[in-house]
Amino acid sequence: MQAYTKHQSIAALMRRSNVDTDQIIPKQFLKKVERSGFGQHLFHDWRFNEDGSDNKDFELNKAAFKGAKILVVGDNFGCGSSREHAPWAIEDYGFNTIISTSYADIFYNNCFKNSILPIVATKDQLDRLMDEIDANEGVSFTIDLENQQIITPAGNGFKFEVDAFRKDNLSKGLDDIGLTLEQSASIDKYEEKHKQNFPWLWT
Amino acid sequence: MKKTMYEKIWDSHFVVEAAGQAPLLYVDRHLMHEVTSPQAFEGLRNANRKVRNPHSILATMDHCVPTKNRNLPIADPIAKKQIETMADNCKENDLNLYDMKNPNNGVIHIVVPEHGFVPPGMIVVCGDSHTATHGAFGALAFGIGTSEVEHVMATQTLPQKKSKTMLIQIDGELSKYASAKDIALAITGKIGTAGGTGHVIEYAGEAISKLSMEGRMTLCNMAIEAGARAGLVAPDQKTYDYLKGREFVPSGENWDKALAYWKTLPSDHGAKYDTTIILKAADIEPQVTWGTSPEQVTGVNNIIPAPEDFDDKIKSQACKDALNYMGLKAHTKITDIAVDLIFIGSCTNGRIEDFRIAADITKGTKVADNVTAIAVPGSYHVKKQAEDEGLDKIFTEAGWEWREPGCSMCLAMNGDELTAGQRSASTSNRNFEGRQGKGGRTHLVSPAMAAAAASAGHFVDIRNL
Repeated sequence: MQAYTKHQSIAALMRRSNVDTDQIIPKQFLKKVERSGFGQHLFHDWRFNEDGSDNKDFELNKAAFKGAKILVVGDNFGCGSSREHAPWAIEDYGFNTIISTSYADIFYNNCFKNSILPIVATKDQLDRLMDEIDANEGVSFTIDLENQQIITPAGNGFKFEVDAFRKDNLSKGLDDIGLTLEQSASIDKYEEKHKQNFPWLWT
Repeated sequence: MKKTMYEKIWDSHFVVEAAGQAPLLYVDRHLMHEVTSPQAFEGLRNANRKVRNPHSILATMDHCVPTKNRNLPIADPIAKKQIETMADNCKENDLNLYDMKNPNNGVIHIVVPEHGFVPPGMIVVCGDSHTATHGAFGALAFGIGTSEVEHVMATQTLPQKKSKTMLIQIDGELSKYASAKDIALAITGKIGTAGGTGHVIEYAGEAISKLSMEGRMTLCNMAIEAGARAGLVAPDQKTYDYLKGREFVPSGENWDKALAYWKTLPSDHGAKYDTTIILKAADIEPQVTWGTSPEQVTGVNNIIPAPEDFDDKIKSQACKDALNYMGLKAHTKITDIAVDLIFIGSCTNGRIEDFRIAADITKGTKVADNVTAIAVPGSYHVKKQAEDEGLDKIFTEAGWEWREPGCSMCLAMNGDELTAGQRSASTSNRNFEGRQGKGGRTHLVSPAMAAAAASAGHFVDIRNL
């Protein structure tokens, strides 16, 4: 997994709440057995017209947001289906940071497995970031994971919270499975006891 | 200390908490389908890792499978490859797979309880958000992403953060024809799709005790629609009676030991929850969603709200967008909404009880002109049971299509879908834009409400039938 480092990047704005994973990556693209190539389908039904051309009214098609790595969105982002194809599409499109007031639990976990930092802001903090982007489309924010800080040109930045273990794994690009396997002795020991209590689970 | 059921299951599955890492929980059962697993198997192969406990996995094919002409090859080459990949992966890793032709095949969350694969008190995961279904048995069951599917295959554990607990207590008795589905929708309407975020919900109260196991599965299935990763119902005599004798349930001495453990699971009297919500069952009417989020829902006798009815700016805008997408006018009566297609099925409402109640309402009626009605059993076992009871005849004589099992129109991956502008009454779980086909308009309802809409051509209050 790629390590997450401090960066300055364009912040794209979507003033929408309850964006579900069906919108992030519609079901017709879930049939692939590969993990790559989903970025071209991100927000497909909103992003493209019937004839395949760009929908000019869709936020991310604005010229000012091209190349953005930061996505600023309304409440409860990523609700619905557990599909990890959603963060795969977001990451493949070029985003590595999302800022919202809240995320659906499964989506939130999935982000950290894909080098994406989902930042939780208060309603007030988010409103100010949104207003700053509205007033200055194409503005770049700095995301400093080490110091857990967002810096913006208009001074609307803030400190954010993130679990220590998630921060550590993200900033070092660590493989979760590798980390867990370091605990194999504890897992073996637990399993042995569990098997004695519930032998029928092993039949 | 007094503990909730969630805390008891957490404590009994806690493996270790290494410095600087999240606690590891042991996973007992791992469910799989073709859509969210291929990349996990690929990851294992690339890292030269093995499936730690093949016996802990039960796999099926459900999302992409056709519900008619099952004998023909799958027409969509990408779906066909996904199905073949699932079969190859299960063979390579020696996993129990109920493939498309297996008499046990069906939707994963319908099949698993049929075989007693998820016992109370265990931890169950699946790369599927509706894994919450199995909380009906008092198991901690939740959806995970594909990276986590790989993690569980390799380690039999998951790093987890402790959730908050929410008690939703439904007092009193449900009125006639109000169902578990209506409870689930009413809860989502009340607390919103983010209301349960970060929580595990425990459902309790008289109305929940009186639900059948099928009803409890429907209710827990939709915990995710209220934002919660998992729903739980305390196991009781109904749970034990349902489980006894099923394939993966212990017998003899092991049954007695398991039962003794299961009886320790219900939350201790006086255990503390982070959030408590109390509803009166009698207030829960048959529900109909009118928008593009499960929280945009109301009782069948109500009218569709207008954007200005919401004080919250974002909710108001969401209402405006939803009405625009749904092609509906504010303040229209729900019962004046005409439908084009009826779908009964899915992991929410594809069980025998759902077809029984729908058949009861369908008997002697005819599907309205210009309406298509399809019934898709959740599994071959449900299909056979329904046919043994003659329910299929009731549907087909009324003009319904009686299909093979699968996820079908719940997420429209298998070719069963709405065309743009078509409107459905659907017993599935999500009414998101495009969920049942691009431009399709979904109204979520109970099986009884769906069956009544089929013959009327519009929504009707089933309590007046």
